[in-house]
Amino acid sequence: MLTCRQVSHLVSEEQDRRLGWLERWRLRVHLKVCEGCRHFQANVDFMRKAVRHHPLLRDQDKDE
Amino acid sequence: MNTANDAQTNVAQHRDYLYRYALLHLRDASRADDVVQETLLAAVESPERFSGRSSLRTWLTGILKHKIIDVFRKQAREQTVDNPGGSESDEEFADLHFNKQDTDHWHSFPTSWGNPERSLEDKRFWEAFDQCSQQMPGQVARVFYMRELMGLETEQICQELSITPTNCWVMLYRARMNLRQCLEIRWFAGAR
Repeated sequence: MLTCRQVSHLVSEEQDRRLGWLERWRLRVHLKVCEGCRHFQANVDFMRKAVRHHPLLRDQDKDE
Repeated sequence: MNTANDAQTNVAQHRDYLYRYALLHLRDASRADDVVQETLLAAVESPERFSGRSSLRTWLTGILKHKIIDVFRKQAREQTVDNPGGSESDEEFADLHFNKQDTDHWHSFPTSWGNPERSLEDKRFWEAFDQCSQQMPGQVARVFYMRELMGLETEQICQELSITPTNCWVMLYRARMNLRQCLEIRWFAGAR
């Protein structure tokens, strides 16, 4: 089984490249049993969403 | 009639916004000033290039992004000599977050952030966010800003900074690990 350290890498890389089927499968197996890594994945997902809502980017289309 | 003077006034109205945008990316007031200056100059010298299809500010920000990437490229070149990327090796970085003796378990397990979307409307959250992102090492921050704030694909970033995709993923990984830990400590541990 993958370690938490390996999983943290895959969770991050999932944001930037398409994982192979074996990687996806091993990731899913680990996440099923590891709450900490599930939180990590949710936190990382949220951070991407957060950056897209950055006040600076929201102000970009304001033309005063 | 749209004289050159009008164009100049319109463009200057966005200086403050452009400056904030540049400062967030470059983290250096005088460098931010420089790229804004260059951007305004480039815009005023060719006002006919503004087609009006997007807002003036969006158009200016587009020019500014290119100027910022130019600076990033230069910084990346200068940095590779004495400091290839982040400061620690992969093992050293891993030791900060994982316990080798305990089959690479987290030193401190990531926690649930509850309903984090609520934070997006909180000004103090963004202060914490900006402070946390300022703490990232130079190359890590550059890659992260290009990927997440500018929305570039990994391939484009590799090309601009002359780094390999693997190196790019490592930088993004470190950025997310740092930012996540910092936000957890500075914001979510207290605000929940």
